[in-house]
Amino acid sequence: MASSASDRRYLPLGARSVKIVVLGAFGVGKTTYVATISEMRPLRTEERLTRAGQFVDDLTVDTKSTTTVAMDFGRRTLGGDIVVYLFGAPGQPRFADMIRSLLHGALGGLVLVDTRRVDESYESIGLLEEADLPYVVAVNTFPGAPAYPEDVLRDALSLPCDRPLVFLDARFVKSAKRALIALVTDILHPAGSHAP
Amino acid sequence: MSPGAGGGGHTRRGVVRSHTVITPGGEEPGPAQPDVDVATLLSADTTTPREGLRVQARRVMALLEPGVLSVADVAAYLDMPVGVVRALVADLVRTGHIRTAEPFVPLAQPHEREFLERVLHGLQRL
Repeated sequence: MASSASDRRYLPLGARSVKIVVLGAFGVGKTTYVATISEMRPLRTEERLTRAGQFVDDLTVDTKSTTTVAMDFGRRTLGGDIVVYLFGAPGQPRFADMIRSLLHGALGGLVLVDTRRVDESYESIGLLEEADLPYVVAVNTFPGAPAYPEDVLRDALSLPCDRPLVFLDARFVKSAKRALIALVTDILHPAGSHAP
Repeated sequence: MSPGAGGGGHTRRGVVRSHTVITPGGEEPGPAQPDVDVATLLSADTTTPREGLRVQARRVMALLEPGVLSVADVAAYLDMPVGVVRALVADLVRTGHIRTAEPFVPLAQPHEREFLERVLHGLQRL
């Protein structure tokens, strides 16, 4: 849906953008995450993907009546002239081409994980590994979802030990921002450069 | 239609493949083709005459009149697919109507750490 003119927020000349891609399975909280971080109503760009009817088949968890068909994006301006763009995209194999294109030029990625469906995160992690991008795995702590210790989750995800893993609640900015902080910290101070 | 089939031999088709406007004839653009990312920031060069621009290009230029927006912002505000906007913008860059600033990626250049520190501090203050 097109926005009204009053929604439009212009950036200053000389602003610099940063692109961060939020991947994860359907219903894992990508849309919520993007909305929580974004300073304005998140927008959705419609990409007419083929076989859209198949999306319904993926909705096996809870009852989510709408789903992310294309990319949700939001943005957050930091210090006036830095603008972080967050793009939420489904990490399913059939979208791999779209994701690869989206990962090009990104600072890094987040993989949102629901502990009830850890296995659905493999594809997202694989795409980020393949793109050789820094990334962080963020467990979105749903009420009622099993809480596993970090080492168990790392094992289940086959997560390399140098990749940060954080726990957060995608609904709250103070919690959600942890994944972004972990990502930028990791880029500034890679785990391998310190004593473990 | 299988992803990664390699037809065409380029990797950028994911976002744009469902649209017909980009690279007519499936021809690979030359090196002068501007690479317009979805997070690229756009500003209008108001000194370049706009006669002869098509309707969609005019809409983009009008939207950018007051200030800077990203490709994604333009796509959402004008309710146009990202692939279409990327193609329109690439043309408008070539004709001198739009200036672009690519998203930041670390390339081991001076002042990069300073920039990343600013990003980090900004995030910590959220």
